[in-house]
Amino acid sequence: MADFQAQGKQPEVLFWVGCAGSFDDRAKKITKAFVKLLNRANLEFAVLGTEESCTGDPAKRSGNEFLFQMQAMTNIETMNSYGVKKVVTACPHCFNTIKNEYPSLGGSYDVMHHTQFLKSLLEDGRLKVESGQFKGKRITFHDPCYLGRANNVYEAPRLLLEKLEAELVEMKRSRKNGLCCGAGGAQMFKEAEKGNKEINIERTEEAIGTKANIIAAGCPFCNTMLTDGVKHKEQEAKVHVMDIAEMIAQAADL
Amino acid sequence: MMNFLPNAIFLAVLVSGVLFFAKNVGKLKRNIALGRDLEITGSKKERWNNLLMIALGQSKMVRRPVSGILHVVVYLGFIIINIEVLEIVIDGIFGSHRIFSFLGGLYGFLIGSFEIFAVLVLLAVIVFWWRRNVRRIARFLNPEMKGWPKQDANYILYFEVVLMTLFLVMNATDSSFQAMESGNTVSQFIAPWFAGFSESTIHLVERSAWWLHIVGILVFLNYLYYSKHLHILLAFPNVYFGSVTPKGQLDNMEAVTNEVKLMLDPTANPYAVPSGDTQSAPDKFGASDVQDLNWLQLLNAYSCTECGRCTSECPANQTGKLLSPRKIMMDTRDRLQEVGANIDANNGTFQDDGKQLLGDYISKEELWACTSCNACVEACPISINPLSIIMDMRRYLVMEQSAAPVELKNMMSNIENNGAPWPYNQMDRMNWANND
Repeated sequence: MADFQAQGKQPEVLFWVGCAGSFDDRAKKITKAFVKLLNRANLEFAVLGTEESCTGDPAKRSGNEFLFQMQAMTNIETMNSYGVKKVVTACPHCFNTIKNEYPSLGGSYDVMHHTQFLKSLLEDGRLKVESGQFKGKRITFHDPCYLGRANNVYEAPRLLLEKLEAELVEMKRSRKNGLCCGAGGAQMFKEAEKGNKEINIERTEEAIGTKANIIAAGCPFCNTMLTDGVKHKEQEAKVHVMDIAEMIAQAADL
Repeated sequence: MMNFLPNAIFLAVLVSGVLFFAKNVGKLKRNIALGRDLEITGSKKERWNNLLMIALGQSKMVRRPVSGILHVVVYLGFIIINIEVLEIVIDGIFGSHRIFSFLGGLYGFLIGSFEIFAVLVLLAVIVFWWRRNVRRIARFLNPEMKGWPKQDANYILYFEVVLMTLFLVMNATDSSFQAMESGNTVSQFIAPWFAGFSESTIHLVERSAWWLHIVGILVFLNYLYYSKHLHILLAFPNVYFGSVTPKGQLDNMEAVTNEVKLMLDPTANPYAVPSGDTQSAPDKFGASDVQDLNWLQLLNAYSCTECGRCTSECPANQTGKLLSPRKIMMDTRDRLQEVGANIDANNGTFQDDGKQLLGDYISKEELWACTSCNACVEACPISINPLSIIMDMRRYLVMEQSAAPVELKNMMSNIENNGAPWPYNQMDRMNWANND
């Protein structure tokens, strides 16, 4: 972002990479795939790089409102200083926080989830989705809570999957009734409370039950939880967990 | 003089029934007002639309078709039979008999449809009872449903059976009504059961059914305050005031905003006397007891019917964790009732009873099991938000007691130190772009 400013230019969009997309080895692949798609669409985008900091979502959801607002205000100050108007992110948690919780703290931007953004690139004819290797593959989509129920985005990811000409099979608990992967509300960072099952196992079993070859995800945390679930069920040879951006990039041989 | 005795008794019964209920409504309002202020913002149009669709239109009820449609039957029955109750009240006060019968054909149509609804309600209620007690549907059997909550649900069903039966018997034994041969759609088939009795006995049965029906309604009205059945009244305001913002949006605590702004502002003078219009920080961050919750959360608690759709959708509950969103609402109400009774017993002021919602009712283990997935919020047919209570109690645990699980404390100190929930170096944030 600083480079754009030095050149006196304004990028079309700020890509908010998020902590998972920056540091988690699995999620970094999603980041790269999405960037390849942005480049393919000849889009001038920027990232904040080392100026980006956690949105504060896990702090807020664990009850630490102070830490959340410190993070939020710092990030807002950074983004406002660059005159950011439009933000895209591959993480539904960052998406929800920046879109819904930053405005009343002084940060109002047009925020999109990467599936919504890719859909708009598609509609504007700037990006083509090729069916490629996913044609006819059985794919089930896991609705991330913070994209679906939290923000009512259900169709954009499904539309992209349809463009891949994949056979989309729904789990019984989908869309509004989608079952959580178990990571939200800062659960990602702690052991679960005592129970008789892990939530990600429950969800993975449901996904495997659809006989899908691929579990499509739209959230780095869901991705981790479901990948762990598939490993736990020893199905990694048959079932793959992939982000929609990765699938589109792979289909286009990027 | 004697002729007016029934009217006088009726009026006395009616007035005392309504007054006693009004007294409890007063307590209800006072208890809800114990909560913190909450400004209701957002589109009024959307709120009215929610009231129309979700509350009046039962749109979220029917997402589960069996219980949903049966509920619509009972709900419609409840609403339209109120017209009949109006007639009973007027007759009772003025000593008239079926005062609306001058409406002729319309009257017949109305009473006829009430009779059909009475039968449908009876059937629905029997199915409800069967689902709870014979079929034993899982969401009615969670630990929080033992004892009073289970009995409460059954009492309500018995009440409705009795009231509907009395209504039909009353019509069947009303010889002048039967003679009209209009509106006795169902009761004409019950009337022959009484054919063997003398006219005076039949009249006695009719009068008894009439009295028991209206007294039963008044008793039921007063039962509401002690029961989960308050939803028949509170569901409407509850839906109207329910959130119209995206479910993922949590409130930003204003008191915290003021302090954080002060911390981040290099020109701020921390010793400055706050100006009059600055909101002073609350004495407590988050919630450990019902008075720390806002009034809408308390209204939510009184509106809950304990149907358990929230709990049956909760991922934590489905995987055997202690958390049950329904229990969060029931505990909040139980504690609020306890606080209310304490205020009543102590001449209007609350005396510390050494108890609170956190710990004595809701455990930390329940609170930390939540994934904030909003499944409970989505599932509730009347826009109750158990998640907001869970979040406010987590805020108390973290900001007042530093009582987060140790892994979460580590996560938070990572964010504080290096801007990410994991212990990575902030300078490595761009590494994804370097290596392949």
